[in-house]
Amino acid sequence: MSQNADHVLDHFDLFRGPEYQEMLANKRNLFENRRDPAEVERIREWAKTEEYKEKNFAREALTINPAKACQPLGAVFVAVGFEGTVPFVHGSQGCVAYYRSHFSRHFKEPTSCVSSSMTEDAAVFGGLNNMIDGLANTYNMYKPKMIAVSTTCMAEVIGDDLNAFIKTSKEKGSVPAEFDVPFAHTPAFVGSHITGYDNAMKGILQHFWDGKAGAAEKVERKPNNSINFLGGFDGYTVGNLREIKRIFNEMGIEYTILGDNSDVWDTPTDGEFRMYDGGTTLEAAANAVHARATISMQQYCTEKTLSFIADHGQEVVAFNHPVSVKATDRLLMEISRITGKEIPESLARERGRLVDAIADSSAHVHGKKFAIYGDPDLCYGLAEFLLELGAEPTTVLATNGGKDWAARMQALFDSSPYGKNCKVYPGKDLWHMRSLLFTDPVDFLIGNTYGKYLDRDTGTPLIRIGFPIFDRHHKHRYPVWGYQGGLNVLVTILDKIFDTMDLATNMPSKTDYSFDIIR
Amino acid sequence: MSVAESESVAEIKARNKELIQEVLKVYPEKTAKRRAKHLNVHEAGKSDCGVKSNIKSIPGVMTIRGCAYAGSKGVVWGPIKDMIHISHGPVGCGQYSWASRRNYYIGTTGIDTFVTMQFTSDFQEKDIVFGGDKKLAKIMDEIQDLFPLNNGITVQSECPIGLIGDDIEAVSKAKAKEFGGKTIVPVRCEGFRGVSQSLGHHIANDAVRDYVFDKLDPNKPALFESTPYDVAIIGDYNIGGDAWSSRILLEEMGLRVIAQWSGDGSLAELENTPKAKLNVLHCYRSMNYISRHMEEKFGIPWCEYNFFGPSKIAESLRKIASFFDDHVKEGAERVIAKYQPLMDAVIAKYRPRLEGKKVMLYVGGLRPRHVIGAYEDLGMEVVGTGYEFAHNDDYQRTAQHYVKDGTLIYDDVTGYEFEKFVEKIQPDLVGSGIKEKYVFQKMGVPFRQMHSWDYSGPYHGYDGFAIFARDMDMAINAPVWKMAKAPWKNDDKSKLLAAE
Repeated sequence: MSQNADHVLDHFDLFRGPEYQEMLANKRNLFENRRDPAEVERIREWAKTEEYKEKNFAREALTINPAKACQPLGAVFVAVGFEGTVPFVHGSQGCVAYYRSHFSRHFKEPTSCVSSSMTEDAAVFGGLNNMIDGLANTYNMYKPKMIAVSTTCMAEVIGDDLNAFIKTSKEKGSVPAEFDVPFAHTPAFVGSHITGYDNAMKGILQHFWDGKAGAAEKVERKPNNSINFLGGFDGYTVGNLREIKRIFNEMGIEYTILGDNSDVWDTPTDGEFRMYDGGTTLEAAANAVHARATISMQQYCTEKTLSFIADHGQEVVAFNHPVSVKATDRLLMEISRITGKEIPESLARERGRLVDAIADSSAHVHGKKFAIYGDPDLCYGLAEFLLELGAEPTTVLATNGGKDWAARMQALFDSSPYGKNCKVYPGKDLWHMRSLLFTDPVDFLIGNTYGKYLDRDTGTPLIRIGFPIFDRHHKHRYPVWGYQGGLNVLVTILDKIFDTMDLATNMPSKTDYSFDIIR
Repeated sequence: MSVAESESVAEIKARNKELIQEVLKVYPEKTAKRRAKHLNVHEAGKSDCGVKSNIKSIPGVMTIRGCAYAGSKGVVWGPIKDMIHISHGPVGCGQYSWASRRNYYIGTTGIDTFVTMQFTSDFQEKDIVFGGDKKLAKIMDEIQDLFPLNNGITVQSECPIGLIGDDIEAVSKAKAKEFGGKTIVPVRCEGFRGVSQSLGHHIANDAVRDYVFDKLDPNKPALFESTPYDVAIIGDYNIGGDAWSSRILLEEMGLRVIAQWSGDGSLAELENTPKAKLNVLHCYRSMNYISRHMEEKFGIPWCEYNFFGPSKIAESLRKIASFFDDHVKEGAERVIAKYQPLMDAVIAKYRPRLEGKKVMLYVGGLRPRHVIGAYEDLGMEVVGTGYEFAHNDDYQRTAQHYVKDGTLIYDDVTGYEFEKFVEKIQPDLVGSGIKEKYVFQKMGVPFRQMHSWDYSGPYHGYDGFAIFARDMDMAINAPVWKMAKAPWKNDDKSKLLAAE
């Protein structure tokens, strides 16, 4: 027995003890009907080959370890960013349990969201009664200022009509007629969580700008000097939105962040649970129609929303998750152009500090090869930054990236000498990535928490940047946007490079001549 | 911290009843009427907890429950390690449940073992419109091609499958034949079926019956020679290694564990199980169905047990041993004696720090009752408990064997109710899930996740109890909880509570 009260052994050590090892070996040998270890080893090696990669890339139907989630997740992400808003997902209830868990595991924060809890009878008769009862309950229990409705695939397959259902619910008195219930159809079998972000954001703006589904007059746009800001689906939303606000305040700009979830996912532990905190006010969301322009940080998250906004007469400018110096330069210059405000010296100093940091450190990044996966815009922004550091983003993969994205990535590669050997993989998954890491090895992998399996299997050190990050804490509090964000990304990359160097050189009398104290 | 410290049972009952009335006020009338049936104050001597259960959740109330898919793929089938489980339908369900349940296992992932992978048919619009059967067939071909060492495939249906009329049974049957009798299991666990995870457990159990047991080849040579001491562990998902820290005790007392259902389990182990002399059942809720089936079909008796905390472990070891001869009975005594010093040391160390602390629980279908003994071993008291997806037989077991007079009972609790109950009762610890964790920590209430063991564990068995005790102490007595209030802010709220 190895367990003891003075030094309690956790699962890490407990099961490595001889009693457990013997027990597990017996279990394997007697009862599991395991494959011959030599055969397992043979297949393990085979799965590293070009031949396996070809088979793997010939897949037409099966998806393995995708780097994407489904639409309603994006809709919930949007909804919690509005003042006093409860996301209401119409369909099966298990989905909502999943979204709430997913966000809570990433942000280490509560995520409030309700379901209309449709079951078999609703599958047959439709979910109207679930909507009627659900809206009434949510309204009474949680006293929201707004309920933002989206759908699970169940409601989509049976063809529930949100517009009609919400109207009927209001007629039945579930919520007052003037109460704001924007909606978006978010079928899980179309696009991904970034599509859901787009649809939900568009749904909310449409509600406020286009006459609240017939319940009010359309707002007549009277252009002002303000600008709207869309972050897109972003795992760093807490740090990023605060950084963006700081930059805007520094520049003296009037702005509206549409979907500001930076407070609700970063509430204090002070004895009070805040189901709602911060968020874009409903008034601000309505008035956003008058803005001079709308800026989106993530083009592929906001395609429909931006075209909707453009149709209302605003200038729209989309970026691809700017991280690099050049990309942030462009962002600031565009904001300056649109608003007529000068970029203050303080930001020029920040820029200089990031350039200074790159100058100090780029020797350690230069020439290194990276594989990146994640949402399309994030991939673009990170690849652009790596090129700026003299690194080669040789493998860039987005499960939810399309042809248009792939073409833009290629154009980016073509714009830099370091992009010469780089390839883009739209619509592929992390099992494709696994093959690529074996056949076309890189020095480092950048991705979310699931990348740790690729790190384990292929020995490619993982740099955790993306969503979700479940197994490291608090990263979402630090921005990856603005010059400060670029600095954070640089440091994250450098830390892994140095740790990897140290690990590779720490064997006494074998490799430790390179175990340098100064790097 | 507890305000209930000095109250009598009668006072507690009155307060809890009042509390129930208070939370019900927030609902529209129809909802209040329905929710009232799920909330109660336990009366000692009653045969159940006096609540309705296993009934549809009410729309819009923020139920904590999941779905049938979660019950089948997430709980029952997902941990079977040498089979590939296809999340059949759109991408989300498989994504959110990917590797999040901590079913530990040994194996070469991606080669002969597949638990922490996400296989999905990633349905697109065209699959909904034209049906997904052809795609499913192709997926099975691709699995065979890329993962030749898989020992079987299951099809875990997501909502659309049952709505668009796909025939996954036909596809599975055809492919099983094509692949030379391979085990391919279609599971009809669409998320809209039933009212919670619970029906998913049942459907998954039935699928084992229909596609594993009923297809057993009687002429297939046995993997091992039977002994009179062969048992199977049923309903242990090996969260953080729970089944391992249980198995070791059963083996030490002279039994031989021929199968684990389903944590660290394999298809062969499912197939072995009809050879067991006794099925020992931990999670009654999720696997009583298959235990009853094996009793009827193969004449295997089954016995519920509880490996949380030394009192229940000793009771359970003796109960299990009572099905066997003296060799095993003596073995049970030997095991209990062997671990007694460890248990004494753990309790000596932690009980003084935890004595009298009050706990509120809200978990799935077993732990809201099963862990009570472990808390009591540490001198703690469970003052409120409830289940996401229990049935009445669970509430009977709870009432008859576990909860004290006056305990607050809440079935399928809503976010609002749970928050209000905790706010008012001010327990020293809440044990529930990830969705609840941060709500209560914000309120300054210590919390442990009782589904995932908060990334710790195992909690089963003697080795697990040491970890459990350490974790509860760590949660409750962490210095952080004294820092929630800024020192310059006046503390009106807690003064008010203390004066009550």
